[in-house]
Formats: sequence, C-alpha cells, structure tokens
Amino acid sequence: MSSSNEAVQKKGSTPRIEVIERYCKGCSICVEFCPTRVLEMETFVVQVVKPEACIKCMQCELRCPDFAIKVHTE
Amino acid sequence: MAYDYEKSIRPGKLPHIWCPGCGHGIAMKGLIRAMDTCGLDKNNTAIVSGIGCASRLPGYMDYCTLHTAHGRAAAFATGVKMAKPEMNVIVMGGDGDGTAIGGNHFIHACRRNIDMTYVIFNNFIYGMTGGQFSPCTPTGDKASTTPYGNPDPIFDISKLAIGAGATFVARTTAFHATQIDKLIAEGIKHKGMSVIEVLDDCPTTYGRRNKFRSVVDMMKRLKEIAVPVAAASKMTAEQLEGKVLTGVLYKEDKPEYCEQYAKVIAKAQGRAV
Amino acid sequence: MAKKVALLQGNEVCAHAAVYAGAQFFGGYPITPSTEVAEVLSVELPKVGGKFIQMEDEIAAMASVIGASLTGAKSITATSGPGVSLKQELIGYACIAEIPCVIVNVMRGGPSTGMPTGPGQSDVQQARWGTHGDHAAIALAPSSCQEIFSETVRAFNLAEKYRMPVQVLYDEIVGHMRERIEFPEPGELEVIDRAKPTVAPEQYKPYDTSFGDVPPLAAFGSEYRFHVTGLNKAQDGFPTTKAELVDDEQRRQIRKVENETARADIEKNEEYLTEDAEIIVFAYGSIARSARYAVNELRKEGIKAGLFRPITLWPFPEKRVAALAKQAKAIVVAEMNLGQMVHEVERVSKGACTIAGVFRVDGEPINPGQIMDKVKEVR
Repeated sequence: MSSSNEAVQKKGSTPRIEVIERYCKGCSICVEFCPTRVLEMETFVVQVVKPEACIKCMQCELRCPDFAIKVHTE
Repeated sequence: MAYDYEKSIRPGKLPHIWCPGCGHGIAMKGLIRAMDTCGLDKNNTAIVSGIGCASRLPGYMDYCTLHTAHGRAAAFATGVKMAKPEMNVIVMGGDGDGTAIGGNHFIHACRRNIDMTYVIFNNFIYGMTGGQFSPCTPTGDKASTTPYGNPDPIFDISKLAIGAGATFVARTTAFHATQIDKLIAEGIKHKGMSVIEVLDDCPTTYGRRNKFRSVVDMMKRLKEIAVPVAAASKMTAEQLEGKVLTGVLYKEDKPEYCEQYAKVIAKAQGRAV
Repeated sequence: MAKKVALLQGNEVCAHAAVYAGAQFFGGYPITPSTEVAEVLSVELPKVGGKFIQMEDEIAAMASVIGASLTGAKSITATSGPGVSLKQELIGYACIAEIPCVIVNVMRGGPSTGMPTGPGQSDVQQARWGTHGDHAAIALAPSSCQEIFSETVRAFNLAEKYRMPVQVLYDEIVGHMRERIEFPEPGELEVIDRAKPTVAPEQYKPYDTSFGDVPPLAAFGSEYRFHVTGLNKAQDGFPTTKAELVDDEQRRQIRKVENETARADIEKNEEYLTEDAEIIVFAYGSIARSARYAVNELRKEGIKAGLFRPITLWPFPEKRVAALAKQAKAIVVAEMNLGQMVHEVERVSKGACTIAGVFRVDGEPINPGQIMDKVKEVR
C-alpha cells in the first residue's frame, strides 16, 4: 500500500500494525476498543503511537469497519 | 495473523461508501469470514442485495453479485437458486429494504424454506435516503420523518422470520463481532432458509438524532441490549424489558424447497420419487 | 411424417411454444386472462427438467425470472395489464441490466382491475413506455393461435439476441380462442441462444462494447464472475455517475434495437391488398381478423381497401407506415382502446393522409361493420 503507516518494532513478539490511511475514515472505534492505548486519532486518521504496548488482542482489526487496520503478528 | 479480507474483495473497490463508524463494515467483515469458513467457491456463489446502504455490499465482493431493486433481493435470489440449485445463494440488505418494501418477498422466501442465507443489517433506519424511520426504528425514536418521536411499533425481524417459516434464525450485533461470522457460517451450512439479523449502527442518520454522543456509544448500547438466549431463560420479563435476544433463536430441519421441486421434476418425468 | 396437430387455446399454445424455444424457467402470479400459460407450463416445464414457480406477487415473479435468466436459463412470465403495471419496475431493471426474458401480456380492459374477463388492447403504449426512464422496447402482437406459437418463439429469440426483455402482447380473445395448430418439428423454427463470452474470465466485462452493441452475457455459476446492478453503470458493470459513460450506455441500449439493421431484423408486418389500396386499415391482434374481413367486404363493394397488420408493435414500423401514408388517402386505425397506436400512425404520417380511428373499450371486439363504416366515412 502506497499510503500505509507502519510501525515496526524491534522486539520479536511485537506485532506490526498496518494502517491503510486511504481507507481510514477516522471513526475512532479502534482507538476506543484498544485496551492498551496503542492508537490515537490525529486529524481523522488513526496513528500507531505506542506499538510496544500492543498485546495482539486484534480488537482494532476485528472492529474496524473500514478494512483499514491490520495487525501482523508474524 | 492479520485476516486476509482482500482475497474476497474486488481489487480497487475499497474504500467502501459507508460513513465513518457505520457498522455495515463490521458486519461485512463477519460475512467474509463466514464465507471463508464455509469454503464457498466464488464462481458458484451469488450474493444478492436490494437497495440501500447495506445493499451496496455485493459490489465490493469478488463473487457473482447481483444488486437488484429496492426490496426485491429475496425474489431475485429465489430465481437464481431455483434455476441453479447447486449455487450457494447469500441474500443481504438492510432492515427497510428487507422488511418494508421487501417484506412480502422476505416472508415468502422464509415460508418456502428455500436454501438461502439472508443476512439483514438492521441499523434501525433508512440511511441512504437520509434517515427516515423504518419498520425497525424503535418506537419514540427520532428520524427525519418522525420529528416528534416515532409513533410506529416495530417489526422484530427474527420473530417475523421464525413465524414465516425460516428454519434457521439467529441474531447478533455489530458489537459482537466474532459472533457474526459464527452465526452466518452456521446459517450457510444449514439446509433451508436461514436468516441472520445483525443489529448495527447508523451514526450519521440515527445516532445523531437520538442522543448518541459517538459511534462507541452506539456500540455500547448494542452490547447493553443484547442478551444471549441461554441467559434470557434465567431472566424475568422485567429484566428482559428493552433487551434483544442473541444467538441461535430457532433451528429445525424441514424439507428444502429446491429438493421438493426436484421431486416434482421426477414425478413429471415418470421417475420414482 | 404428419405433423402433430391439436386444438388448443392461445394461452396453451404460448406455453408449448415457450418449451419449444428452450424455456427453462417460469416465474408467475395468477391473473386472468393469462393463467392457462402458467398452468400448462407447470405441467410441461418439469418434464424437460425446467422449473416452474408461483411467486408471492407479480413483482416477485418478474424478479425471479431475471434471477433465473442470469444463471443462463431462458425465462418467461405471463400476466395481464395490472400485473404488467406491477412488473414495470423490474422490466426497467431487465432493460438497464440487459437481461433476456419474455413477458407475456394477455390484455384485458383497464385501467386498474377493469374488466378481467373482457378483451382489450389498452396496454400497447404501456409496453413501450410503461417503465420509467429512457429505454428500447420490443413487443410482438400475434393474432392467431398458430402465430402465438411462432411469435412466442421469436420473442425468446429476440430477447436472447438483443439481451433484453421482450413482450408478447395478445388480447383475451386470442388468448382464449381455440384453433387448430400445427406443432413445428424441432429445428423447423429457428431457436437462438444468447451469445456467450469468449474472453478469459479475468478480461470479461458484462457490457463490453468491443463486441458490438449487444455484449455477450455470461452466466452466474460459470467461470465468469461479474456484477449486475440497476444503477447506471460502466462497461465493467460497476456503478458510475460519469456523464459520458452514462450517456454512452443509455444511448447504446436504445441504439441496439433502433438501428437500421436491428429494425429490419425485428420488425415484422403483414400486408394484405395494400399495393393499390387507397384506404389502409391498420389493425393488430384479434382486431386484425375483423379488419381483414372488412377489407374483403369493401373490395367486393369496389372500395380499394387494404390491411396493414404490425406483428412487431415495437419498434414501430415507422418507414413502412410513412410510405403507406403517402400512398393512401386515409389510414383507419382500429384498436380495442381509446386510441393508442393511432398516435404513432399520426406521428410518422406527418399529415400525409387522413388518419381516423375506430376505438372500443366496452369489452366487445370491434366488428367488421364498424371498420367498414369508418372506411366509407373517410373515403
């Protein structure tokens, strides 16, 4: 994806959270459902601000209505 | 692993047309997962819809897709299924499309027990036309055509489906995201007419008129009103006031329509039935 | 070998003709005076492995027919005026999505419930302009039981060839009249199947005009996957609001029927003693039978009358009627309505001759005497 915002962490167990900005409509569902505050809204597009806190619960990916977030765990 | 939704979606068709926070996207993802679970062959599966926000879904899906006229999805789908019973047929659309203008087709598809899976995205409103009340807008709520509160009683879609003869009926909500695909998959596997009602949210035309501060508020509301059928049996009528039952609400085995018609063909051709 | 002969009513003939044409699906709803078409097909279709379904209403019947046709099955429905009114929504769908299907309208009086058991020809303009929006129309009007057979087969052929709904319009008189009919042998009448795509599945576009004005239609359940919608769409089948794409598609869908070659293929008329005729009687369906009788009687009286009978009502035989208007002193249009096709005759005649009408809507057919009187009046 040309407009993807990827946060890659060094720790092997930290997932790569991919945001497809072109799909994101800024509804905030992912931000609100994230139990560890990994995500924040910034001018109507989600940003990955604390990837190291991700516990791979996949709530953001599951609940995103816009196919805009992918949590790559491998 | 991130779920691979792309393989089900036609290249270049996203982003979809739905508003920010619209639950249809969540329900669509559930539908995709369910179709994957059932291993449906893309060439041999039709997705048929009516008109409205939800009914735009088939256009995104890389299957045989049929976006029909307002309310007519079940009737078109009946023609597809009858003519080619070996095809898997998914019907889908919104609450207004399915139960108001399409109400007659809906109940008769249920009555025939034809082998289709009808997924209704019930967001309590006509979204695409700007938020007029539907047969599922709760009594007292505001819509663009009920400025003083909705005087109409509602349809309970699942009860309607059971009463009309559907042999698998289930309900869940956009909040219960993982239950969506489980129930739809069960419906697809069921031989006969299955109806899966997914309560979801329309923040744009329903939420803002009915004092929901955010999409998340609407999601929380869906969580609050849902009561799993098993839990409901232990609750009093008072406790169940304002709640909706979720899970598999009805299931029975009955002769399926295309199989019944195959017997008609056998009789007409003088073969043993 | 002697041909199979039977004494059948028009509606029964229509049903047998549908099977001859290869119909595999009927979706209908009961309505007088068309029900025998459904009844006979409920017997005959399963014999050939076809499907018959009685739907919950007229709209559903039309929807089921379109759905079935999309799987590649030749599909038909039969109804009457009030049913066609309800079906108009989806006749428009079949027009814009370009789905072949046949709609039989056994015409009765109207508007509304009208006179269900009486004949009428009041749906001829409905057949052209009944559904909203701009679209082409093909409608055929047989006037005998034998012709119901051939025209029903032709309706399927035209539906398949031009990828659109085709209406067979005949009035209750022809629908319920019993006549001797000869069943054509298999292969005797041409039977056309829709063009199938030849491109690789990933290259298929359901409205690909590189194959001409009638693009090939794939079947659901084949190796081709595509999208069908009632929205204005681009050649790939997906909705568009781009002005030039919408305009191209709309115009093509009319052009595919109204271009010269297509018109020559679709139009069909019968002319009787028109060569030297000074007065032309324009009549169709059962009334053409009265008109032929009237023409014979008028000739006996030394009046040069002739009959022009459009078998294809739509597209309207513009050129031929215009030519006859130049040749004749007058055209007398006889129809069981209060003047519908007469407007077309007036339009294309452009004032070249007198146009008069014999109209009737009381549930009784127009008799030859009425036509003769009018001819004598305008002569």
